[in-house]
Amino acid sequence: MLDKTQIAKRIAREVKNGQYINLGIGIPTLVANYIPDNLEVVLQSENGLLGIGPFPTEDKIDPDLINAGKQTITVVKGSALFNSADSFAMIRGGHVHLTILGAMEVSENGDIANWKIPGKMVKGMGGAMDLVASAENIIVAMQHCSKDGQSKLLKECSLPITGIKCVKKIVTDLAVLDVLPGGGFKLLERAPGVTVKEIISKTDGKLLVEGEIPEMVFD
Amino acid sequence: MITKTVTNAAEAVKDVFSDSVLMFGGFGLCGIPENCIQALLQKDLHGLTCISNNAGVDDFGIGLMLKKRMVKKMISSYVGENAEFERQLLSGELEVDLIPQGTLAERIRAGGAGIPAFFTPAGVGTEVAEGKEIREFDGKMYLMEKGLIADFAFVKAWKGDTAGNLIFKGTARNFNPMMATAGKITIAEVEELVPAGQLDPNHIHTPGIYVQRIFQGEDYEKRIEQRTVSKG
Repeated sequence: MLDKTQIAKRIAREVKNGQYINLGIGIPTLVANYIPDNLEVVLQSENGLLGIGPFPTEDKIDPDLINAGKQTITVVKGSALFNSADSFAMIRGGHVHLTILGAMEVSENGDIANWKIPGKMVKGMGGAMDLVASAENIIVAMQHCSKDGQSKLLKECSLPITGIKCVKKIVTDLAVLDVLPGGGFKLLERAPGVTVKEIISKTDGKLLVEGEIPEMVFD
Repeated sequence: MITKTVTNAAEAVKDVFSDSVLMFGGFGLCGIPENCIQALLQKDLHGLTCISNNAGVDDFGIGLMLKKRMVKKMISSYVGENAEFERQLLSGELEVDLIPQGTLAERIRAGGAGIPAFFTPAGVGTEVAEGKEIREFDGKMYLMEKGLIADFAFVKAWKGDTAGNLIFKGTARNFNPMMATAGKITIAEVEELVPAGQLDPNHIHTPGIYVQRIFQGEDYEKRIEQRTVSKG
């Protein structure tokens, strides 16, 4: 099984040179720490920044400089600041290449649910609906099963949908899977020590398993 | 040059009335009009509709207005940091319209720019699309969203001049520039107010035409929600 750091490390391998990337809150934020140094990428924060830098040292904290998770941050050289309408113009206009975000459920046709639990959680969707409606590539970071053991990779989402037919890839604590264009999950890799059988038993949606499934390797 | 200066927050908000529609700039607690919120709290107001990306926290920002039961309805994208909000919402005391963040920003931009409605893909196939016109353009589905305006828009800038020109700093810009355009009366509070002519026109983010009143705020707390540091 992968821990959160390993999920972030595995997703970082999907990042390509020259990409503008939006990272969601939680595990996706950690991905920034593992993007190889030889890649030139720019991280977008939907509250109005291209070029997110590391957290500041105590003496450099600026309350006027936060990320979308409301954390204090710094900016990198060559960064740009803008308003929220411009920020979502670059998202809606397809200028942001890659969106990495968390999810509560993903369906076999790529629907994602991550914003609401009726009667319980009413925090709101923030920028998630705009992001999933427009990004050309969307990778989801999540646990394979909920805390009570229910699969989060489903035939259809049971929770209110955030976006339809948009997720391209999923990295869970158990596996890496593609969402096939015609529907269905395709198993690509399994976490160290996790069997294909376990992944099959914990995936409710249609799952395609072809040939030997390699085990992920971490440094 | 037309002078927009008022002496303080109390004078700036003097004619805000109950049941009015208000916009508040800010993302989380970053770039919120702290002085105007404090001045509004001193007034006997109720039935307000507040348009703001977030709803503050329990003891700061718009959260204080919720606690005083001044707010009838919130129009926001994310309200996760406010337990009182969640309580009032789940108990039915408070109405809320949750709107995708980009749609909210664009609705305000459109409202201020005289655009009554536009099409966006955000929310297609979700409950956000319920009751809205859906149309296909070049093989992709979009839903219609309407422009938003307000009786009063409250914005916070870093620097401003007496003509109402504004410059924002860092990510405290966020929703402030669009909201400035969408208020019938836009009230700007700034950290530093200078005479017209002292700001470089090349650096103005919001031209003074959108601002009806401006004053220099005081005692900015600029509360940080998530204080994250690196060891360096």
